[in-house]
Amino acid sequence: MDLSFSKDELAFQSDVRDWLADTLPDDIRAATRAGDGLTKEMMERWHALLNAQGWLATTWPVKFGGPGWSPVQRHIFEEECCRAYAPRIVPFGLSMLGPVLQAFGSKEQQDEILPRILDGTDWWCQGYSEPGAGSDLASLKTRADRDGDHYVINGQKTWTTLGQYANKIFCLVRTDTGAKAQEGISFVLVDLDTPGIEMRPIRLIEGGHEVNEVFFTDVRVPVSNLVGEENKGWTIAKYLLTHERTGIAGVGFSMQALEEVKALARRMKRGGKPLIADPLFAARVARVEVDLEAMKITNLRMLFKAQQQGAPGPETSILKIKGTVIGQELRDLARRALGPMAAPFPGHISDGNILFGPPDTAHNAARYFNNRKTSIFGGSNEIQRNILTKTMLEL
Amino acid sequence: MMDFSLTDDRRMLADTLTRWLADEYPIEHRNSVAYDAPYHDAKKWADMTELGAVLALAEERVGGFGGSGFDISVVFEALGRALCPEPVLGALLASRLLAHAGADQEGLLDGSVRYAVAVSEPDAPYDTESLSCTATAAGDGYALSGRKTCVYGGNDADVFLIAARVNGALGVFSVQANDASVVAYGMMDGGGAAELLLDATPATLFIENAEAAVEAAENAGIVALCAEAVGAMSVVHDTTLDYLRTRKQFGVPIAKFQVLQHRAVDMLTEIEQARSIVIKAASELDRPEATRFASMAKHLIGRAARLVAEEAIQMHGGIAMTWEYPISHYAKRLVMLDAQLGDTDEHLARLSAGYSA
Repeated sequence: MDLSFSKDELAFQSDVRDWLADTLPDDIRAATRAGDGLTKEMMERWHALLNAQGWLATTWPVKFGGPGWSPVQRHIFEEECCRAYAPRIVPFGLSMLGPVLQAFGSKEQQDEILPRILDGTDWWCQGYSEPGAGSDLASLKTRADRDGDHYVINGQKTWTTLGQYANKIFCLVRTDTGAKAQEGISFVLVDLDTPGIEMRPIRLIEGGHEVNEVFFTDVRVPVSNLVGEENKGWTIAKYLLTHERTGIAGVGFSMQALEEVKALARRMKRGGKPLIADPLFAARVARVEVDLEAMKITNLRMLFKAQQQGAPGPETSILKIKGTVIGQELRDLARRALGPMAAPFPGHISDGNILFGPPDTAHNAARYFNNRKTSIFGGSNEIQRNILTKTMLEL
Repeated sequence: MMDFSLTDDRRMLADTLTRWLADEYPIEHRNSVAYDAPYHDAKKWADMTELGAVLALAEERVGGFGGSGFDISVVFEALGRALCPEPVLGALLASRLLAHAGADQEGLLDGSVRYAVAVSEPDAPYDTESLSCTATAAGDGYALSGRKTCVYGGNDADVFLIAARVNGALGVFSVQANDASVVAYGMMDGGGAAELLLDATPATLFIENAEAAVEAAENAGIVALCAEAVGAMSVVHDTTLDYLRTRKQFGVPIAKFQVLQHRAVDMLTEIEQARSIVIKAASELDRPEATRFASMAKHLIGRAARLVAEEAIQMHGGIAMTWEYPISHYAKRLVMLDAQLGDTDEHLARLSAGYSA
């Protein structure tokens, strides 16, 4: 039993920390810290800086241009990025499509697409959910009918994150309408410039634009854009979802959020004393801190297991359930610490220079509402419980 | 280097102890001794100490062969799985205090002398600052007056180590059981304890200015109790899952009902979190932040153990309300161990106070 990093891992940690201190641009750090949305340009600039260092595709094997890191190194890297207020990597090309192509794509697809993900030529987005297919993803209805050497796609995708910045989309489509739900699905790559595609913004609860609906009307896509075998897309979809779950505990983000809550509560006053000295508020903070401290170890235990077994197991659903709830609780505490000053509506403040709350304070009501999504996306926490019921409890 | 596997030595200790407990201390035997005086099995105590269960709790420099946080957690997780009522916690706490005092503890480690540690008082169960038991100089030694309550293992102890005020500071005194007035009783969750009525009782000063020594001993005790809870919780969870698979209502095993599935998952999640925080507290034991992480563990365990106990009773629907069914006894232990060495609220308050300290 040993909870400490090795000498090499500690050296790696300090390299990452130094590099971030030297390289992360101030405007990107400030925007990440304020939590009010990075511009497309910022995200692309940050990706380019990471790519130049060879640290962009952290989960990719060396032969595809990844750094060849162990799970522990990836964990250290993510924690350091959070600590430095570096933005989260846009995951759709790097964490989702990349691993799928490496496992299921043809040599041609790998050679053509992977370098363009790394150098930022392509921005991928995800076409999975549909209005009628959320948790029950296999009931999706968007269809791709074969016409010569093309598929003709008709249907609608939704919750497509940052689709407004993308030029490509990977989709799950139905290629056999007669088969059982899971068996007629294929994984297809689509150029968003193709005629017949319309992307419409969905305005979210806090007012922001981060997700979209995508409509497909007679969209013609070459058959060569199929990944893997026709009607075998469900296997790929499941593979992708397990990759989506890496780093899902959000430990680094929550550690940062906890420090913010404490800093905020030291500056706000209640009853002539700092809020942090209020026993009720302090107890709420302490309770989450304990959950987070346990979560850190749970996360490391699972990393250790993944490192030994070569892949994360189904128990990572525990990280999703607990990690998202901890993050949400911390956003709630930050919002409550600020009181009414959490409420002014970003974008509706006549003088953008005026401060609500201490400097560096994020738009905490917006963040609180936006973060309700985390227990819903990536397989809702209820779906994670179903997964655990089957895999861990064998009920 | 990060490694969550047990060392070979500890794995062996865990296996040996677990096997011995399964063979020698099945739940039927446990229940037959845990609720009637002397509330444990003196013969099994001797066998268990011979097996090394107590030696593993002490460092080599004081005559043991372990003593780290992980040695403690391995032993107590096994004890928790078997719901063992032997007074091992008292031995651990006393061993720490004896080590601090530089006193010989051969009798403690070989099991021939049973120790109990008395801190709690009727109006101050957790907090050493509010103790009113007082020592005054008397001849070569001291005389102790006051009342100690819920002294675990005190019903069958040979020696008491007692926290008391002396000249305004905290001291630890030793008192021979024969010299004190001891009122023994059994506990709701099995095992025995005692009320200690001290009236100018002759005592030997053991540790002066004992705040740090008592705190360090209690931190070790907290790791032990938390590991015990993890062991008991995993048994309760496994048993509950078996019950869900076999119990049929409405023509199907009740494991098919999603409302129960999700609650069983939530038990699993809390148990894994509990296991994690015990690992953390064990790794920090005897280090600068031991007290903070012990409080974290005790707080989280208090929540998790109560959840697991109450959910197990509810999901068993009646049967776990019976004395005959083992889960009822596990549930009692899981709920009541919260009240030893500071409950979930007490430790949350300590952590909270730390923010503005």
